[in-house]
Amino acid sequence: MSRLRGALLAAIYRKASGRQALPGVRGLSSKTGSELKVCIIGSGPAGFYTAQHLLKYHESAVVDIYEKLPVPFGLVRFGVAPDHPEVKNVINAFTQTAHHDRCSFYGNVTVGKDLSIEELKQAYHALILTYGAEANRTLGIPGENLRGVYSARTFVGWYNGLPENKNLNPELSSETAIILGHGNVGLDVARILLSPIDLLRLGMFLQKTDIAAHALEAIAASKVKRVLLVGRRGPLQVAFTIKELREMINLPDARPLLHPSDFEGIGQIVKDLPRPRKRLTELMIKAALEKPSGNEAERRAAASKEWGLQFLRSPMEVIPGNDGKWVAGIRLSVNKLEGLGESAKFVQTEDVEDLECGLMLSSIGYKSYPIDPSVPFDHQQGIIPNNLGRVLHAPGLYCSGWVKRGPTGVIVTTMHDGFETAVSVLEDVRSGALDVSASKGGYEIMEALLKQRGIRPVSFSGWEKIDNVEVANGEKAGKPREKLLDVEEMVEVASQRR
Amino acid sequence: MAAASLRRGFRWALRLRAAPRGPGSPPAHRQDRRLRAPARDLHSDPDTHQYDDTSQKSENLTDVVNVTFIDRSGRRIPVKGKVGDNILHLAHENGIELEGACEASLACSTCHVYVDEEHFDKLPEAVEREEDMLDMAPVLQLNSRLGCQVILTKELEGMELTLPKITRNFYVDGHVPKPH
Repeated sequence: MSRLRGALLAAIYRKASGRQALPGVRGLSSKTGSELKVCIIGSGPAGFYTAQHLLKYHESAVVDIYEKLPVPFGLVRFGVAPDHPEVKNVINAFTQTAHHDRCSFYGNVTVGKDLSIEELKQAYHALILTYGAEANRTLGIPGENLRGVYSARTFVGWYNGLPENKNLNPELSSETAIILGHGNVGLDVARILLSPIDLLRLGMFLQKTDIAAHALEAIAASKVKRVLLVGRRGPLQVAFTIKELREMINLPDARPLLHPSDFEGIGQIVKDLPRPRKRLTELMIKAALEKPSGNEAERRAAASKEWGLQFLRSPMEVIPGNDGKWVAGIRLSVNKLEGLGESAKFVQTEDVEDLECGLMLSSIGYKSYPIDPSVPFDHQQGIIPNNLGRVLHAPGLYCSGWVKRGPTGVIVTTMHDGFETAVSVLEDVRSGALDVSASKGGYEIMEALLKQRGIRPVSFSGWEKIDNVEVANGEKAGKPREKLLDVEEMVEVASQRR
Repeated sequence: MAAASLRRGFRWALRLRAAPRGPGSPPAHRQDRRLRAPARDLHSDPDTHQYDDTSQKSENLTDVVNVTFIDRSGRRIPVKGKVGDNILHLAHENGIELEGACEASLACSTCHVYVDEEHFDKLPEAVEREEDMLDMAPVLQLNSRLGCQVILTKELEGMELTLPKITRNFYVDGHVPKPH
């Protein structure tokens, strides 16, 4: 069915490519006699949506997408939870873009290491940085490096088959896990930790997803029964969204532990909140205050697992066990709130609270790295300084996605953001702010350099070979795919003749 | 007749208050996301094509529903759809720039559209999962719906679907950190 949709989308994009958003762009390439060559660095949603828009609205632009890993799609492949497969349908649209005859994908090429920004600038008229945020914010507290303490980002990479996290081997032998942070990533981790492996429910159970086999095995053997999500501020400041909260509340064999006292006074404020915040808060209040009856009450009483939200607590110190090596608990400061709404600030009080746990995951935000000294980077905000996607003080450089705005936002936000940057590029071509008069060599030049350096780029059809192998491997276990975990193996598979 | 329009108008008012749905009501099953039948009232049931039984007209003519898309630049694009079409696919078939990242599975909000007030009231209420996804849509309005959940009926003749303008001011107006 999705192949049919894919074919339909391909036909539509071909048909729609005649339309234009900006009058005048159509004639540009024939006027100057040279083709606009664009290089995109990073193949997640930001890269693909920016590419899609450029290809659609510039008649002859050639777009080359470079990617560090042999496989494309970024967080759609490695971040979206295995039990949210519909979110990954966007891969079909990205695949259509990659199949466009003016688009090419070059995987297994690390910009900043295999190729420099300077070299790319020689070969392309415009460079668009869409490499996202691959690091995580750190707590900056004592004990952060004890064993049993992980960043949620690493944990997600582990269960999603990210090659660099395959050997994480997290310790899942204690009953209580604490997650620091009240965002969707934290809820994803909580849900995966507590999801029934084999319970039949709406046709989706964990062992039939594309979760990495080693993670499925470890979770099946896990002793974790209780997950507490701890956040610095209150219920009105949570960053997670209603769909994910609802999934937790309805999770089979698990009961929610929300304290009614946390919601005192909130009921009155709720009705004046903007709709998304209102609906989310109402759901939380209901889960905290309403006594379930009948089947729901029975279900919760019989549940073998539980999860809860703790508010107004900041981590001060990770407490080691007797051996001094493993996490045994966490010391938290008790906070109070100053101000209202989403911009309310937390203030630590004198009081502290200790909580026991054998597993701790920090889920306090992603972070971008600077890619190259020649590209401006704002270390405080963790973004590339820009105006509507035009990198400041760097003509010819653009950015979109998380590295442009910061590491928050779902696919729809990144989509609009990618289009915005593409429009900036197109405007600059039209106005002459982006000089496209000189002819540029594009990938031909890069190809020679990569060969010299012994780098084997993976083309999109190379990825499709990897894809076929993963799907075939998954079929045996009734899974949509079993991801390859080894970069060398991916490159080998990609370069096989077929 | 009056009662029917009162009911529809009332639904609009209910939406204004965004009546809460609690954790007790189960989320709509993935499979029934697009097949929810519109409210049965005076007009034909799209699934059974109840037409005048003396009619010799081919299904093609009586099946047509004319709607208008208004794209991001304000351009009006009249389109001929058929009863049972979903707005997202109709947009794609007509080259209209409406993304459908999750391919109509209620897992994103990229097909977000505004429905003109008159026809908005004629649409069956959004299921909880659609409301949840709408919460994530930028520039949400009272008449917001997900295009993939809007199914054409004869009643929707003349409906206007406006694509949300993501203007340059989008991120300027009191930026609110978005979840991820």
